[in-house]
Amino acid sequence: MNIGHRNHPTWWAFALHRISGVVLALFLPVHFQVLALALDGEAVLDGALKWSDQPLVKLAEAGLIFLLAAHLTGGIRLLALEFLPWRNWQKTLVAGSMGLSLGAGLLFLVNAF
Amino acid sequence: MNEVVQTRLWLAQRISAVVLAVCVGIHLAGIIIAVQGGLSAAEIIGRVGGSGVLAAFYGVFVLACAVHAPIGLRAVLAEMTDIKPVSINGIASAFAAVILLMGMQAVLGFLGLGGG
Amino acid sequence: MHKEHPWNTFKEPFILNPMPKMLAVKIWRGGEDGRFQSYDVPRLENQTVLDVVTYVQRKLDPGLSYRFACRVGMCGSCAMTVNGTPRWTCRTHVSRVAEDGQLQIAPLRNLPVIKDLTVDMRDFFDKLAKAGGAFQATKTRTDDFAKIPPSDPRRHHADAGIECIGCAVCYAACDVVAWKPGYLGPAALNRAWTLVNDARDGMGDKRLSMVAGDDGCLACHSQQGCQEHCPMGLSPTAAIAGLKRAVSVAALKSKL
Repeated sequence: MNIGHRNHPTWWAFALHRISGVVLALFLPVHFQVLALALDGEAVLDGALKWSDQPLVKLAEAGLIFLLAAHLTGGIRLLALEFLPWRNWQKTLVAGSMGLSLGAGLLFLVNAF
Repeated sequence: MNEVVQTRLWLAQRISAVVLAVCVGIHLAGIIIAVQGGLSAAEIIGRVGGSGVLAAFYGVFVLACAVHAPIGLRAVLAEMTDIKPVSINGIASAFAAVILLMGMQAVLGFLGLGGG
Repeated sequence: MHKEHPWNTFKEPFILNPMPKMLAVKIWRGGEDGRFQSYDVPRLENQTVLDVVTYVQRKLDPGLSYRFACRVGMCGSCAMTVNGTPRWTCRTHVSRVAEDGQLQIAPLRNLPVIKDLTVDMRDFFDKLAKAGGAFQATKTRTDDFAKIPPSDPRRHHADAGIECIGCAVCYAACDVVAWKPGYLGPAALNRAWTLVNDARDGMGDKRLSMVAGDDGCLACHSQQGCQEHCPMGLSPTAAIAGLKRAVSVAALKSKL
């Protein structure tokens, strides 16, 4: 694939926003299903939570937190771009969004282990 | 679907995005605080169960998700697949219904669980 | 003798590789199902990509088709894909783009290839019209001039986008155009935004209806490939964001 015209920060920000958006959308039904387990009794939900205690699952969860934070900060960037007067520091916003998202993912990891 | 409906969908996605920005911010902070020391069903139910305020918060959250995600999915499918526009609108509507039903079921379930 | 001062930061230009004597040029030949053909072109100082294409046609392969007119960055006819990136070739120096003396020159993306480096620009120009790109006069030549103060914010918006030369580089750089063939594209929407802000224009909300909807400004994902590549340094993304706001307001007031 030729990425010549794509290799710039705001295109990568778009790609991350799209990928995170699709993953989060597909995760929603799974998330609600796990929560519904609690309604079948604590033991069932505890089973699911125990499964999620594995390091790999925790890492995947941190990934989801990162994607959620990235979609959040990237989305705020887009709202600002679309609804506030135009600013020429778009790339700074992309960098800020990335920093905050990575921070959220790391904070989750630190707290989860 | 004419451009007026399309514009309303776009606006609905932006307005729900503003709501979600607030909700996700609170939710993220909640996750990072709650995950300290591990999670248990009893802890989650004790924290969330039976609270009218939290049920209202998560009710709004689910509603905003049910508006925001399907409209985004509609755009992705329109751009990246060969599915016909009519079918895409059907898929997006069905996805909205699934999110709304499953989400509200979980929210109402936790409200009914009572707890500490 | 030249004395070194700490504030004297001038240095001899640091040259990694001496200029090669020949360029290895690959140029697209044929229609959509064509292929790249190789040519060896002498490397000159102050050589533009258009110079290279012209050399190939004049000296090596008279059958090569390409477009150019002004050669000074005004007419917008010589845009091509140079080493994977859309560029105006008349003002693109080989020294800026030739990686190790290699040049790959292809027709613009997102437009049907007619032959070699020429593309069919019909869609691109039709969309300018579809986006309400024609000025609709409200006065006649017997009326007085419209007086618009230089400080007028709408005038600033219009000024920011008015220098478009219609080269279609933005159109080729846009993924939404590639994914959604009906999408009006950055140049057409930028043109619409300059007219939305033109106090003399009388089309009003009708133009906003023309640029609203799934194929209009709302389809833009702010990837900003358009402003990243615009040779005139314009920002169609900013213009499209302006249209999004105007369309939103019109929709909320039920004026679409």
